[in-house]
Amino acid sequence: MAGKYKKVAYYPGCALEGTGHAYNRSTKAVGKKLGLDLVEIKDWNCCGAMEVKNIDPKIQTYLSARNLSIAEKMGFETVMAPCNGCYHNLKKAEYDLAKDEGSRDVNSRLSEKAGHKTYEPGKVETIHALDWIKHSIGEEGLAERVTNSLKGLKVANYYGCMYTRPRHIFPEKDNGEGSESTSKPHFMDDLLAAAGAENVDYPLKTACCGGAHALSDCDTSTKLVLNLLTTAEACGADVIATECPTCHTGLEMHQVRAEKVLGRKTSVKILYFTQLLGMAMGLSPRTVGVHENFSDAMPLIKEKGLG
Amino acid sequence: MNEAQTLPIADVLAETDRLIAAPDAKLEAEAAGIADRLLAMGEAVLLAWHNAHDNAPTESKVEGFRMLALHRQAARGTPSFNACRETCREVVYHHNLIRHDTGAADIARTIRLGAMVARHLALFVGGKLENAGLGDFCCSSRPVRQAEALSTMSETL
Repeated sequence: MAGKYKKVAYYPGCALEGTGHAYNRSTKAVGKKLGLDLVEIKDWNCCGAMEVKNIDPKIQTYLSARNLSIAEKMGFETVMAPCNGCYHNLKKAEYDLAKDEGSRDVNSRLSEKAGHKTYEPGKVETIHALDWIKHSIGEEGLAERVTNSLKGLKVANYYGCMYTRPRHIFPEKDNGEGSESTSKPHFMDDLLAAAGAENVDYPLKTACCGGAHALSDCDTSTKLVLNLLTTAEACGADVIATECPTCHTGLEMHQVRAEKVLGRKTSVKILYFTQLLGMAMGLSPRTVGVHENFSDAMPLIKEKGLG
Repeated sequence: MNEAQTLPIADVLAETDRLIAAPDAKLEAEAAGIADRLLAMGEAVLLAWHNAHDNAPTESKVEGFRMLALHRQAARGTPSFNACRETCREVVYHHNLIRHDTGAADIARTIRLGAMVARHLALFVGGKLENAGLGDFCCSSRPVRQAEALSTMSETL
């Protein structure tokens, strides 16, 4: 089933080399276990994140376009970006280059100055890690590879706000059977259910975590995260599964801060969905980087027989 | 304009906290009224946003709910406001769930989850209002500072 996603260009982005390293490690480990090849984009640069975009969105478009240009030069038709911010920005660049002449002009001018080929929209498809596994292996393929079922583990799947927004930059979503939904995303739910997890009905799966204000207005972020955590617990979740390093780090750090500053202790654990899938396929917690998480999930992992 | 619609965001947060802490029996007994109250609190939060921006809040409805129309109005020209689109829809959904079957066995749990969703909306919009002028709240948003910039980097490069 792997088809066109068997071998894709990999764009880890800055976060996966730093605070989100466990996501990088577990994504690569899961890919290897599934027989999927990831080839990192050579000399990739920052996607422009929110910092560059807030100053000049056209510069952000160029930065993302450069990465797409390199992937194209390497011979790839698909780039996989596990980080929601990178994924969003690559998609947005694709959209802006297709629709906005000003963006095309800036991209062309800066590409020429930098001495590389100008990226033209439509040459490279950007996908998320969820698309990658869902469309290359699928639930059935995944279930066949599960040796250590997540049975008994109650999971709240948290997608964050950038995976599906704004809708117009994700034309493949809301596109009939088999496509992802922007209002009720379900790819992570589908994959974890295939690995045996019991997904809880989590009403805040796309709600904001306040990630953009993690540094500038910590209190707002802490309150938003605390509400995400307490709601997950009210839903009966043992774990919040994440697919974005910014959300993941925010949940972990503000879980600690909520206890210190607001006196509110929560016990729900936070794990990347790739960590959960990896352990379900028999990879050790260390191989998927559980020791790199801030949230200590080892007691739960041992209790559930996952490591 | 009813009482709930003029509620400050801090009062909405206090009310959601009270609902979450209330005993099951109280929630079960007052389920229908609480369902309407959740919706009214959601509208109050969105009205606070419109009032702060000197917008004339719409009286129209989307899919039968003014709350969804108020959200759509707020998001027009402010894409980052869409980060609470599904939260608004979840408030409406929980209102409907409670209203549909006020005697459901798990009604107290549904009410508490609805209150948590309403609390998230209040925290999001409240935080956004607090931070107005300081920068973008959301990565997807239109750059606030862009309009203030005398020139942009791409023009000078």
